Amino acid sequence: MLLRHTTDKVKERKALTVNPAKTCQPIGAMYAALGIHGCLPHSHGSQGCCSYHRSALTKHYKEPVMASTSSFTEGSSVFGGQANLMTAIENIFAIYEPEIIAVHSTCLSETIGDDLGQIVAKARDEGKVPFGKHIIQASTPSYVGSHVTGYANMLEGIVRYFPEKTDEKKRQINLLAGWVEPSDMRELKRLAGLLKVKSVLLPDTSDVLDTPMTGSYEMYPKGGTTIPDMISMGDSMKTIGLGDWGTRKAAVMLDNKCKVPFEIVDIPVGLRATDRFIQALAKAGKVSIPDSLTDERGRLVDVITDMHQYLYGKRVAIYGDPDNIIPLIEFLTDMDMKPVYIVSGTPGKNFDKRIEEILSERVPEAKYKNGPQADMLLMHQWIKQEPVDLIIGNTYGKYISRDENIPFVRMGFPILDRVGHSYFPTVGYMGGIRILEKILGAIMDYQDATSPEESFELTM
Amino acid sequence: MVKKKEYINGLPDPTPLKEEILARYPRKVAKKRDKSMVINDPDADQEIQANIRTIPGIITQRGCTYAGCKGVVLGPTRDIINLVHGPIGCSFYAWLTRRNQTRPAEGEDNFMTYAFSTDMQDENIVFGGEAKLKEAIREAYEMFAPKAIGIFSTCPVGLIGDDVHSVARDMKAELGINIFGFSCEGYRGVSQSAGHHIANNQVFKNVVGNNDRPRKGKFQVNLLGEYNIGGDTFEIERLFEEAGIELLSTFSGNSTIESMEYSHTADLNMVMCHRSINYIAEMMEEKYGIPWIKVNFIGAESTAKSLKKIADYFGDAELTAKVDAICEREMAKVNAVKEAVKPKVEGKLAMMFVGGSRAHHYQDLFGELGIRVVSAGYEFAHRDDYEGRKVIPNIKIDADTRNIEDLVVSKDEAHFRDDLVAKKDSLEKSGYKFKDYEGMMPEMKKNSLVIDDVNHWETEKLIEFYKPDVFCAGIKEKYVVQKYGVPLKQLHSYDYGGPYAAFEGAINFYKEMQRMLDTKIWKLVDTPWKHEPEIVGSMTIEA
Repeated sequence: MLLRHTTDKVKERKALTVNPAKTCQPIGAMYAALGIHGCLPHSHGSQGCCSYHRSALTKHYKEPVMASTSSFTEGSSVFGGQANLMTAIENIFAIYEPEIIAVHSTCLSETIGDDLGQIVAKARDEGKVPFGKHIIQASTPSYVGSHVTGYANMLEGIVRYFPEKTDEKKRQINLLAGWVEPSDMRELKRLAGLLKVKSVLLPDTSDVLDTPMTGSYEMYPKGGTTIPDMISMGDSMKTIGLGDWGTRKAAVMLDNKCKVPFEIVDIPVGLRATDRFIQALAKAGKVSIPDSLTDERGRLVDVITDMHQYLYGKRVAIYGDPDNIIPLIEFLTDMDMKPVYIVSGTPGKNFDKRIEEILSERVPEAKYKNGPQADMLLMHQWIKQEPVDLIIGNTYGKYISRDENIPFVRMGFPILDRVGHSYFPTVGYMGGIRILEKILGAIMDYQDATSPEESFELTM
Repeated sequence: MVKKKEYINGLPDPTPLKEEILARYPRKVAKKRDKSMVINDPDADQEIQANIRTIPGIITQRGCTYAGCKGVVLGPTRDIINLVHGPIGCSFYAWLTRRNQTRPAEGEDNFMTYAFSTDMQDENIVFGGEAKLKEAIREAYEMFAPKAIGIFSTCPVGLIGDDVHSVARDMKAELGINIFGFSCEGYRGVSQSAGHHIANNQVFKNVVGNNDRPRKGKFQVNLLGEYNIGGDTFEIERLFEEAGIELLSTFSGNSTIESMEYSHTADLNMVMCHRSINYIAEMMEEKYGIPWIKVNFIGAESTAKSLKKIADYFGDAELTAKVDAICEREMAKVNAVKEAVKPKVEGKLAMMFVGGSRAHHYQDLFGELGIRVVSAGYEFAHRDDYEGRKVIPNIKIDADTRNIEDLVVSKDEAHFRDDLVAKKDSLEKSGYKFKDYEGMMPEMKKNSLVIDDVNHWETEKLIEFYKPDVFCAGIKEKYVVQKYGVPLKQLHSYDYGGPYAAFEGAINFYKEMQRMLDTKIWKLVDTPWKHEPEIVGSMTIEA
């Protein structure tokens, strides 16, 4: 057994987290910053933070992930990291020539009280920022929230800096992406294109973390939201934020700063969340929904009806980030599956409320928890008490899946052992079909592997 | 780019490359990096700058002190709960991310698949985290009943004044199991290396010598600095078992805390990764009189040489005969594969930037295949790993090194092995070498470029200049290098392959080089229409 010490005896814990369903803020800040064009993320802390975050993102994408670090030592930790950041800024612009440096803090620099805004202002005053180049910053203490919080904070940092309000309104919609894959970013742009709504997607990691093999390396790939596009966001008609946890802060900032009104919808995972996204976008862009999209929706519903017998009543355990799993849980419930165990290490009061709304009627037996000690050990213990038919979450679920012999679908971050997430979206109606394909594949492969020979089916 | 024909009479002079690299740097950076890049001359005593701070803003390969302590040294030990005191990330990123394989028996403890953290929140930073740490230890003990708990400090811990060592003492008294702490905050040193030293100190102080288990074998040894990436330790264990050598403990591949407790009953310590573990070898010699030798099980010939050196130490005819027989049998298998692979890869160019010993050890494997190493360097090594232990007395102790406790070790009269000291003396007289590590540079070719703490800019320039056939480094470098059309072999994780240690490992590595260097995929990168004139069609569909 891989997790041989896990038992079904749930003990209430106050201090110990075992097998977390979250990680810390800075990696989210790094991921968000990679979605702007010509940007080098910079980690203001020890070397290890930057190294760990780059490694995790690299393993997830199998793509170069570039970022620099302030390389704190004992001295900088005692006397403050200003000198390190000033040196770093000079060296980065001289050696790596980015258009933008996106600095995020760490638990170390936050604990000693480094004020990024003040240090960056000083760098500007002292002429360390070449003409036409930019530094943005976000405070991302690792001891608050989770990686999702860091993503939200960097997004807020970006819109605090770039968007400008002029007298000329632009006929475009801002799309603030929650933490989704490059494939999903590409799909969001395609969906907006189908609706013929001009949109600015921020951030946009497509063509950054899914780059083609060409035989040459580009430190700043062609993708990412561009500076002119980010500036123009201040004149947009409306902002649609995808996911409360990931995008609300930035949407509010943009509203306060440039008076662009906003609406937060779920990340369009599954049928109804995609419906809401499409309707919100159509309404904001004042366009009608084309038949091609209605057809895509119809295909998704068609697959569900075709395969309903393999889905109905199946018990599912899910762990991941609120913005991603809330619409997923709704989708599963719409297909008559039963998401019975749900954990997310990311805190936020709204979580319980949303899950309650979705599950209270159809799956009243569901157990769910988020925030401190809402970890994968707890979920595994619930599974030990009463098993499930399917586990959905990041790669770490494979240990539970193998020990308990339960089908497993990889979704979320990080996925360290399979490819596909960078290339095939899980958002939109087509993304829904992909989720369905994966779920059915896992459940039906399990049936094929375990059914008695006499009931082994050719057609399913 | 250097033309390949220039390699016939030795390696090309990389002076223009070095100049081009330095030209891009701001003056202060150039001055510093200049001393960390040496154009090698194996016949001269050359000094390289190593184990100094990475310059802020430079995209380095290096990680932190915590990574070296928790991840590298203690990570592979299965029967201890490694509790990380800090915000969640540090624990999350060290969770199963190194490929230290382990083989617990049925019913035996194995906590390596778990991540334990105090998940510090802002109120713990403001009001202190000791109470939460204590509670977490109690909860871990109640749920898992481990025989030992290690506490690992992350960056904020030292800064807010949490004393993990006093918490460890209190909880040890309360729970009656072995509990000890590590002050391995990420910023403590200039790289992972500081974390290795801190781990060595605490394991030596709190674990080694706790159990005077009676002898079990005629020849008792410890293997130090072998972490069982991809099953390397298993390969070495197999050879020892066949030869009749009792491997008491490996620090720390496939290891248990229990085995480390009686490791002081060994007759010999063998050091694999000199950088990460020489401290324990030295301390065990001072305290218990156990001599140590440098071994290398990467490369078939190095493996045979190391095995024979161990046999020579014991001077037992039966053991020597067994070792000789094993080497002969295994080398025959190895040579059969080598003969098949070598013609396909001979003369190719490799470079490697990794670790504190791998960049050296793997040169033996490449050498066996006739692959030439044009440039190499370590990520976190010290001068002695480059230039040999002879330079240790001359290494300047700077403020960063002084941060790390240097344990004062005294002789343990009850356990001290005078017999081993006498054995060592007599063997030394006949030319047998103890604690000898000559370092990487004397074994590298003239004009090879040795670079410490290589960074992203230098990596780009190296690829342009040498156009290597294979580049060895880690995950952060992998896809950068491969975008250039140069295959990268990860020497931290082995790209999820291996084992590469010992004879079977050598065979695996030869085959891996054949796979990587023989592939046609790089030739398919360019489109077939790249060199065709563009056709301006009349059938394009206007949107």
